[in-house]
Amino acid sequence: MAKITLDNLAHSYLPNPQSEEDFALKELNHDWVDGEAYALLGASGCGKSTLLNIISGLLQPSQGRILFNDVDVTHAPTAERNIAQVFQFPVVYDTMTVRDNLAFPLKNRGEDPAYIASRVQQIAQMIGMEDVLGRKARGLTADAKQKISLGRGMVREDVNALLFDEPLTVIDPHMKWELRTQLKSLHHEFGHTMIYVTHDQTEALTFADKVVVMYDGRVVQIGTPEELFARPEHTFVGYFIGSPGMNVLPAQVSGAMAHVGGAEIALGAFYGATEGKIEIGVRPEFTRLSAREGLPVNIRRVEDVGRHKIVRAEVFGNEINIISGEDEEISADMTRVTFDAAAINVYRNDWRVAPLGVAA
Amino acid sequence: MEKTVNQKAWFLVLPVLILVAFSAVIPLMTVVNYAFQDTFGNNKFFWAGLEWFEELLDSERMWGALGRQLAFSGIILAIEVPLGIFVALHMPKKGFWASFCLVLMSLPLLIPWNVVGTIWQVFGRVDIGLLGYTLDKLGISYNYTQDFFAAWATVIVMDVWHWTSLVALLAYAGLQSIPDAYYQAAKIDQASRWKVFRYIELPKMQGVLMIAILLRFMDSFMIYTEPFVVTGGGPGNSTTFLSIDLVKMALGQFDLGPAAAFSLMYFLVILLISWVFYTVMTNLDKRDGV
Repeated sequence: MAKITLDNLAHSYLPNPQSEEDFALKELNHDWVDGEAYALLGASGCGKSTLLNIISGLLQPSQGRILFNDVDVTHAPTAERNIAQVFQFPVVYDTMTVRDNLAFPLKNRGEDPAYIASRVQQIAQMIGMEDVLGRKARGLTADAKQKISLGRGMVREDVNALLFDEPLTVIDPHMKWELRTQLKSLHHEFGHTMIYVTHDQTEALTFADKVVVMYDGRVVQIGTPEELFARPEHTFVGYFIGSPGMNVLPAQVSGAMAHVGGAEIALGAFYGATEGKIEIGVRPEFTRLSAREGLPVNIRRVEDVGRHKIVRAEVFGNEINIISGEDEEISADMTRVTFDAAAINVYRNDWRVAPLGVAA
Repeated sequence: MEKTVNQKAWFLVLPVLILVAFSAVIPLMTVVNYAFQDTFGNNKFFWAGLEWFEELLDSERMWGALGRQLAFSGIILAIEVPLGIFVALHMPKKGFWASFCLVLMSLPLLIPWNVVGTIWQVFGRVDIGLLGYTLDKLGISYNYTQDFFAAWATVIVMDVWHWTSLVALLAYAGLQSIPDAYYQAAKIDQASRWKVFRYIELPKMQGVLMIAILLRFMDSFMIYTEPFVVTGGGPGNSTTFLSIDLVKMALGQFDLGPAAAFSLMYFLVILLISWVFYTVMTNLDKRDGV
């Protein structure tokens, strides 16, 4: 178990990166606190796996250092780092039995056979494969193979960190939930530092203490699920987290007022002079349809998703989503929308602007 | 499901039947015909029964050739398969040098058999051949026309030179199909190089290696041209393999009956060994799968 420090880290797959565009992973400084569970969230191709592979030593970073408990391991081979990593697609040793597969990392470290046997039994129970231990791994279903991969990742107790690279992609939904719960209880029990890569926000939010959101090779926000929901630091975070994502409208802001297409919207705080591309962001949960007050809205369609209704609409040519309670009536005269002032965030060039003070 | 019966469909397989009849069945039947008959010329044949087969089984000449043939196939397989795997493991995975190696490796495979024989025949000559002359000057006695050991060494090295590429290329194809994640997982699991080979690379190459071994076995068991050009089966009978012996018998002595019986047994031996090998390998595979 270790604290993992990334110092000025960046990586490019090109031999001579010229501009920032060439970097798959842009410069990054971060401490992964010992014993925390992190989720690394982002769209496909945003550099999540690159970051993971650099931590496990499968990739050498183009620049910067990586430290485990303040010891520089930037150029240490994977084997020396004592890291467990589970990949997106199952990797099993076909000719070995399930038991030998699970025991493989322990045997490679020359552990005591009695300990190996008891540890393998324990892991097999955890992944629910005790009754197939004697079977050859070849010919098992993708599900079962991925459970073996997970088991192999968890079998060593003294690893510095456990890395998961979208490990539940191939597993069916109900098993997914169960395995995730087990990973979480494992984390509580042993307190490993865990990093879990995913592009599924539910997976990220339920698994992790802290969620790291990446966008275009850059870490845009690190925070608890609540922080990501209430104060997205970047419009991408607002849009990527939440279902549907945050509404973003181009605006002009002065003081505690925003002007959108000629209409005025009260903000929850004062903002200083702003220039550049200014937008306001408000989550669909904090919008309400109304007959009298607010901005004129053009309703396109209403989707009933069970717990609530999602209203797809248009305000001054911008698409917005409004969440309305299951029992709220939507009548034909509701042609306006209001926003909850305290829940509005202001963005300049996609980054959140800190307010100067709370409005009266 | 209802099956449609249409006897006219037989016409669709007729072309294939005719083709196979003329290319395989009828020639084979003529051989079978010769194997059970005897002649004193004039195109008059007598029924000979199993006489030729009995004679063949008693013939020391045939057993000698069969023994040499098995030894030859065994030796070249024991060299070419591990060497081919070794070469494949050390070939570059991608880029210019990968293509370069592939082309270089394919070259021996493109040379006709008798040209390969001629190359080595000249190469090994003590008077003008680079290899023979050099060895001779180094004080090593090497003369494949007189020395039993030199003749065998030449024939084996020639076959290894000619055919290791095939094994290497097939093994290389097998290696290329292994996803990167396997090697990454092995690193994470702290597996040694040997374990990566034993538990990842070898199992993934199993299929292509089986094909490589079958091809090399059948081909080496039927080898004729190269040793015939280099040693002519000599010195004495020491490099007379089955097909060389067969040609001597059939065309040299014109003993059509014994040669036909010989051919049939030759064919059956190849079929039998290939079948046993294939069955054993696929059964191993199935047992793993359950």
